[in-house]
Amino acid sequence: MIPELGHFALILAFAVAIVQGTLPLIGAARGDARLMALGSTAALTQAFLILLSFSALTQAYVTSDFSVANVVANSHSAKPLLYKITGVWGNHEGSMMLWTLILALFGASVALFGANLPDTLRSRVLSVQALIGVGFLAFILFTSNPFLRLSPAPLDGNGLNPVLQDPGLAFHPPMLYLGYVGFSVTYSFAIAALFEGRVDVAWARWVRPWTLAAWCFLTLGIALGSWWSYYILGWGGFWFWDPVENASLMPWLAGTALLHSAIVVEKRDALKSWTVLLAILTFSLSLLGTFLVRSGVLTSVHAFAQDPARGMFILAFLLVVTGGGLALYAWRAPKLTPGGLFQPVSREGALILNNLLLCTLAATVLLGTLYPLFLDLVSGAKVSVGPPFFNATFVPICAPLFAALCVGPFLGWKRAELWPALARLRGVFLAAVTAAVVAAVAVDGRATLAAIAFGFGVWLIVGSLYEFVGRLRRSRLRSMPRSTIGMSISHAALGFVVLGSVATAAWNTELIHTLKLGESAPFGDYTATLVKVEPLQGPNYTAERATIVLTLDGKPYTTLTPERRLFTVQRRQVSETSIHTNLLRDLYATLGEGDPQQGWVVRLYDNPLAPWIWLGAALCALGGFVSLSDRRLRIGAPKRTRATSVQAAE
Amino acid sequence: MNSRVLYLLPLLMLVVMAGFFGWSLVSGRDPASIGSVMVNRPAPRLDAPALRPGEPALTGDLLKTGKPVLVNFFASWCTPCLAEHPLMMRLKEREGVTIIGIAWKNKPEEARAWLKKLGDPFAYAGTDYDGMLSLDWGLSGVPETYLIDAAGIVRLHYHAPITERDLNDTILPLLRAGK
Repeated sequence: MIPELGHFALILAFAVAIVQGTLPLIGAARGDARLMALGSTAALTQAFLILLSFSALTQAYVTSDFSVANVVANSHSAKPLLYKITGVWGNHEGSMMLWTLILALFGASVALFGANLPDTLRSRVLSVQALIGVGFLAFILFTSNPFLRLSPAPLDGNGLNPVLQDPGLAFHPPMLYLGYVGFSVTYSFAIAALFEGRVDVAWARWVRPWTLAAWCFLTLGIALGSWWSYYILGWGGFWFWDPVENASLMPWLAGTALLHSAIVVEKRDALKSWTVLLAILTFSLSLLGTFLVRSGVLTSVHAFAQDPARGMFILAFLLVVTGGGLALYAWRAPKLTPGGLFQPVSREGALILNNLLLCTLAATVLLGTLYPLFLDLVSGAKVSVGPPFFNATFVPICAPLFAALCVGPFLGWKRAELWPALARLRGVFLAAVTAAVVAAVAVDGRATLAAIAFGFGVWLIVGSLYEFVGRLRRSRLRSMPRSTIGMSISHAALGFVVLGSVATAAWNTELIHTLKLGESAPFGDYTATLVKVEPLQGPNYTAERATIVLTLDGKPYTTLTPERRLFTVQRRQVSETSIHTNLLRDLYATLGEGDPQQGWVVRLYDNPLAPWIWLGAALCALGGFVSLSDRRLRIGAPKRTRATSVQAAE
Repeated sequence: MNSRVLYLLPLLMLVVMAGFFGWSLVSGRDPASIGSVMVNRPAPRLDAPALRPGEPALTGDLLKTGKPVLVNFFASWCTPCLAEHPLMMRLKEREGVTIIGIAWKNKPEEARAWLKKLGDPFAYAGTDYDGMLSLDWGLSGVPETYLIDAAGIVRLHYHAPITERDLNDTILPLLRAGK
């Protein structure tokens, strides 16, 4: 009964979304207040219905209702409760449900918090948001219904992929979707602005919190995914340039560019048409990611059950959303009146450089991800584009971006002098060069490029701190805008990510060795001894757990206990990494195949500064949240008339 | 450039990209297939001791008889080989195809027992116990099947058990054309 109610609620939500997607739009065009008011009510109703539907599906998972096909395919009665719940979105149908739920919740938030928006803009935003919802709801209802029954119901389910039974992964998709879907609001604002034919300071201020929130969640989502692949896959790496990782990186890069270009619209009323384009592209790249994961056009470790029919649907949807947006853009954007003028060397100029470089990075990732597909289709040749390509293209483009990042905040709006800004940064430059030289000497000059990259990391941190301290001299912390504090945190955090990535990638120590019980092997400065391997019984798996003692200068340093788990239902082996961290380095061990006669294959990694990658990313998102708490966003944006008069007075 | 055209550029780029995606979906290509470097090249060496006692050792001449042949790497311990075995038998009995079988990393007596039990589809059979021969053939596992045309050029390379569909749609038409 409950699954049917869930299904029914979903169909109702679909109907409500169609109403919400059309009537307020007509109302806005005709100036009919009653039709426009319908938008908010519909948005709240739609969110409630989808929440109901999602709860029904969750209920089926929690109670292990094996008459529902989706539960049979993806759950098992022996699974811990947490993973029963997270299993709801661990599969294609359920993840689309989560996607749609978040989409509707964002729509409802616009309805709730958008009271100060002009009626026409709010109703148009809600309509566009609902039209996106119509697409996803149709997708679920017509191709991926999670409520299909199975008769007769089997006694037990087929379980969830054991690799996914992990807290890091359980919360990776919701974060990622909050990011992806959050950009739908920005998209809706952009489309609504094109309908209205005006993009101004007030518009930028209204869009900013949504973009910022989406960006923070996406940052966290990507970081969680990377952290998960680091400790669960047991390869010792944190980023593999896998097509699906790239699919999440592209909207992040475009979204970061958008965050910065929106500042120019807000402060200087310039770059309008570009910002609108970026808003459309950022969400389009989010949709592209969905298409790539679910259509089966690319191979990836993230493969969902793939189905060409679904692929066609998402492609058609992508064409409607992106194509519709871009067509509207081509038609309306030339009419947007350009705003404030500025010199190339100015804060605006620096932010344009930032946008140029970030978009180049996004385009590079797009090219590297799709090139094998294009080449295969055109010539039938098979190529694999992986880390060598990205190291040779992506990394060098980061250099000017990072270099300019610290200079930008020292430039004034409209017109600035480059040399004085650079002169103020000479201390920071000296610190960066020193760090690079120390790094090169300390790690016996093994990797000069890595040392330079390390210097860039220090440049970012010290430069951001220096700028912050300079600001602190002029105004008290309490009176400083939260958005500036957030900026400093995020910029410095990026430096930590760079330091962690460089150190882990370039200066790690790796040992793959077969050890028998009691045997030792030298590992960097340490000696690794395999003390014992014992069997273990988990809730739904059996495991072998090794105890490896690491000694430093003859004294015991730490004990690592990696496991190899065999999930009994799925007959799948998963290695459970053991990591000892002191926040400056990770000692990382995984256990491979083996037996008492031959010994066990043990992999050990010493990854310097590895924790900084994820701490940095978390800090980066924190900076975003701090900025989100800025007064001017909290109180709400000013009325349009006031905004324009402030603008005129400047 | 006309600024109107400039504003249309993003849309045009999308259309091109979507065209590729649509093409990819319709073409039914399998992104997981990695292709083979062996195809359209002369077949590698085929020197292998005979599997069945008393027969002469295999040589490269077997591939230059003016008729297309199949080369099939198999092993008695390999379950997918068991799955494709009936198709091999059918190829030999109904189509009269010359199949050269190579037992890969398989004890000859076990391979012989396997063939004796299930039926022997091979006109010639060799053994590659140490796996050295298969290195030249770019083998990644068993079963793998190569179609060598009349001129001794590799035309097809299957990395998996052949299926009914492979047989009817690809292998048999090529074999018939080659005769």
